[in-house]
Amino acid sequence: MNVKLRVWRQAGPDTPGKFVEYEATGLNPNMSFLEMLDEVNEDITKRGEEPISFDHDCREGICGMCSCVINGEAHGPEYKVATCQTYMRSFQDGETITVEPFRAKAFPLIKDLIVNRSAFDRVIQAGGFISTSAGSAPDGNAIPVPKQDADAAMDAAACIGCGACVAACKNASAMLFVSAKVSHLNLLPQGKPEKDKRVLAMVQQMDAEGFGACTVTGSCEAVCPKGISLNFIAKMNRDYFGALLRAPSKAKAAHAD
Amino acid sequence: MSPLLRLAKSSLGKKYLMAFTGFGLFGFVVMHMLGNLQVFLGPDAINKYAHFLKSTPELLWGARLGLLAMVTVHFCVGIALAIENMQARDQEYAVKRAVKATLASRTMVVSGLIVLSFIIYHLAHYTLLTIHPEYRNLHDDLGRHDVYRMIVLGFSSPSVVSFYVISVGLLCFHLSHGIGAMFQSLGLKNEAYVERIDCLAKIVAVGLFIGYISIPLAVQIGMVK
Ligand code: HEM
Ligand code: FES
Repeated sequence: MNVKLRVWRQAGPDTPGKFVEYEATGLNPNMSFLEMLDEVNEDITKRGEEPISFDHDCREGICGMCSCVINGEAHGPEYKVATCQTYMRSFQDGETITVEPFRAKAFPLIKDLIVNRSAFDRVIQAGGFISTSAGSAPDGNAIPVPKQDADAAMDAAACIGCGACVAACKNASAMLFVSAKVSHLNLLPQGKPEKDKRVLAMVQQMDAEGFGACTVTGSCEAVCPKGISLNFIAKMNRDYFGALLRAPSKAKAAHAD
Repeated sequence: MSPLLRLAKSSLGKKYLMAFTGFGLFGFVVMHMLGNLQVFLGPDAINKYAHFLKSTPELLWGARLGLLAMVTVHFCVGIALAIENMQARDQEYAVKRAVKATLASRTMVVSGLIVLSFIIYHLAHYTLLTIHPEYRNLHDDLGRHDVYRMIVLGFSSPSVVSFYVISVGLLCFHLSHGIGAMFQSLGLKNEAYVERIDCLAKIVAVGLFIGYISIPLAVQIGMVK
């Protein structure tokens, strides 16, 4: 199959970018979208031009590196998959495909289709961890975890931090990502002691990074390669509310110590 | 940061403010509709109700100031959020596709601002009576302000009715997304309730629309005269 690509090309963060058209010919419909880009890059390189820069690593939907907006949809037309698991058979022969980088102020562009998603790392650093002294491995099942909580925490932990939620949200909001990371730990006994501190700190960092707020449009949930549910955002709203209410008495107790 | 500062400054705190004030205004919109529907019970019922509302200035002004405060907070925070949300994406996509997002959810500021202009017009029309000062002189046999007559006269103009129907339509459009969203913002949704809440939100919004427009339409077709 053949397709025509319109790819966003931008040499660096401070240089103006533009769309450049490429012909991708003789493709196998079972190629992944990234393999198709590899083929196009081969041709570009042979012509002595600069190949298209795009992010990728595992190419099996678990690392969260690949990050294109394809025809206006983060990770392309198929749902619950990343760009690396999007296959050319999902497109029409002869179709023109527009490929853009994730667009958000908090994700500054590095080059072509690559954006800097370190903002997510800083959100995690703000509270996406548990503080515990590392020793020998604890006994399995020493801490009872209700099955429903373990399942829900696992669903939240499925988030690969790709940033598609931000890319798809009309407000470039990171609520789905942050709520998954907050919920994953807040749901488990190991995460309970720092529950309030965690949600307050992670939301504060999320805001400081310049992500927008949530308008509950549901676009994030729809494009999420891991199907993270909007209900985690409701849970984070609930956790944050409780943390706000409990903050003064906790501060007072800390002061008394 | 103190909790109050977080409420005003954080994105989540702002959404709580939107949801609280939205809930208060929604409550008013429901009560106001129930009150208005008394027009179908005849002049005595609605004039008595209006007289009752106006006869306790403490309650009347308490309610009015409360509503004014809620609209002010809802408006200011709504605009602040809209600006922050716009700034969060400095470069738009060349191909824009709103995946899953409903039209109502994408146009909350627009529907909100049009509703605000309607609220101002509506107050001038029926509360402040600046548009028709002569409505002030309408009295029924018991000497009460004849609200019934005012409604009939006000809705006898087709252009007023059209503007009213469109505005109430937009309000209900705003609410068709807003009611569900406010449960989400306050963390009152989970897997078990989410579908029921969203479905009920739409039913309530349509119910409000029908309830409100039934009055001007009844005047237009001569059922209420
Ligand atoms: C004064 C004019 C109004 C403006 C400018 C306005 C604006 C907005 C905006 C921008 C939002 C979305 C906030 C966001 O998700 O980012 C919103 C939500 C909402 N509005 Fe309004 N609105 C107005 C009037 C009203 C009225 C009269 C009502 C109720 C009768 C109402 C009820 C709601 C509700 C329930 C929400 C959902 C709150 C949430 O998302 O948590 N609004 N409004
Ligand atoms: S490359 Fe790892 S998720 Fe796509």
